[in-house]
Amino acid sequence: MKIESRERDGAVVVALVGEVDLQHSPSVRKHLMELMFDRRPVVVDMTAVEYIDSSGIASLVEAYQAARKNGTRFVLAAVSQPAMRVLQLARLDKVFALADTVEAGLSA
Amino acid sequence: MSNAPPSIEVINLDTHYGDRQVLKNVSLSVNPGEIFVIMGGSGSGKTTLLNHLLGLLRPTSGTIRILGKDINTLSSLEMQDLRTRMGVAFQSGALFSSMSVGDNIALPLREHTDLDEMTIGIVTRLKLEVVSLAGFEHLMPAELSGGMIKRAAFARAIVMDPKLLFCDEPSAGLDPVVASSIDDLILRLRDAMGMSIVVVTHDLDSTFKIADRICVLDKGEVLALDTVDAIRNSPNERIQNLLNRRTEEAEVDPDAYLRRLLGEKEKHANQPTQGRTGL
Repeated sequence: MKIESRERDGAVVVALVGEVDLQHSPSVRKHLMELMFDRRPVVVDMTAVEYIDSSGIASLVEAYQAARKNGTRFVLAAVSQPAMRVLQLARLDKVFALADTVEAGLSA
Repeated sequence: MSNAPPSIEVINLDTHYGDRQVLKNVSLSVNPGEIFVIMGGSGSGKTTLLNHLLGLLRPTSGTIRILGKDINTLSSLEMQDLRTRMGVAFQSGALFSSMSVGDNIALPLREHTDLDEMTIGIVTRLKLEVVSLAGFEHLMPAELSGGMIKRAAFARAIVMDPKLLFCDEPSAGLDPVVASSIDDLILRLRDAMGMSIVVVTHDLDSTFKIADRICVLDKGEVLALDTVDAIRNSPNERIQNLLNRRTEEAEVDPDAYLRRLLGEKEKHANQPTQGRTGL
């Protein structure tokens, strides 16, 4: 899987591409927590997430909680169907800030 | 279903306990994302078949492929690796009584991954949310009801996000409402995670609610393997007896019966005649 970060409109857009599984979720966690440490607003572009397991979801939860503590923005944008099904299984779609598109996430 | 290779393939499986043949020429396959129910009366061989699928027993002959691997040719290390992609919710729950519910559920992650404790904690509590046991991680298994133990066992079985989930009598001993909630959980897990799920049960209501296909075992043989509707409408008398909870009187072989009463050995390796068969 790939993690692609780019600056946009004062925020960092982090695109997760491929399968976020046990093997890759530690690097996703590290990447997101470093951004949280720097108090950066983050929009996670999940358009191309083909699969995300519970450890990947846990990384998003931890980063989201850190953002709430910081008072910074953390939005999951354009969540793919496979990822949304996993979020819905644990009712996390009611917890995360979600946006239909990256643009909507940036202006949230 | 898709054209992906089957999650499970069983080909001509024969197995014996001593001289007694318990499974006879069993063949079946389970597709990715399928809920496959193995049903049959007591003594039909369904638990033995499950134990073979889990790699806990060696067959007399036949082939079992799990997630593409022939489990009878795997080294113990390879088998262990395969098991990390399988989850099992045992009938009794099989929780460690000396560990809290949370530690029971976290155990596979601590044993088989390098995830940090924060992630393990979140995943554990996530799974407790999924099985509607949120906030119960600090309780001990002895403090849970039967339905809660089943749900905790499910949480542990899915904590590694397995590709293949086995459930042994998931609704046994539960009241109908709790049993139905376990069925709903099985359906949600399949739909959200796309896992293949094998359920061993004799609960007809549960079977008809969750199954994509049903394998009916009878006296160690596959009596039928088909969709729910096909099984419901089967003209086979033995299947209808199972579905309608009618008992069958086994035919009496006077010679064999007398030998059993007198404690003499069977002349052939036939399976012993069962007194009654039913659900």
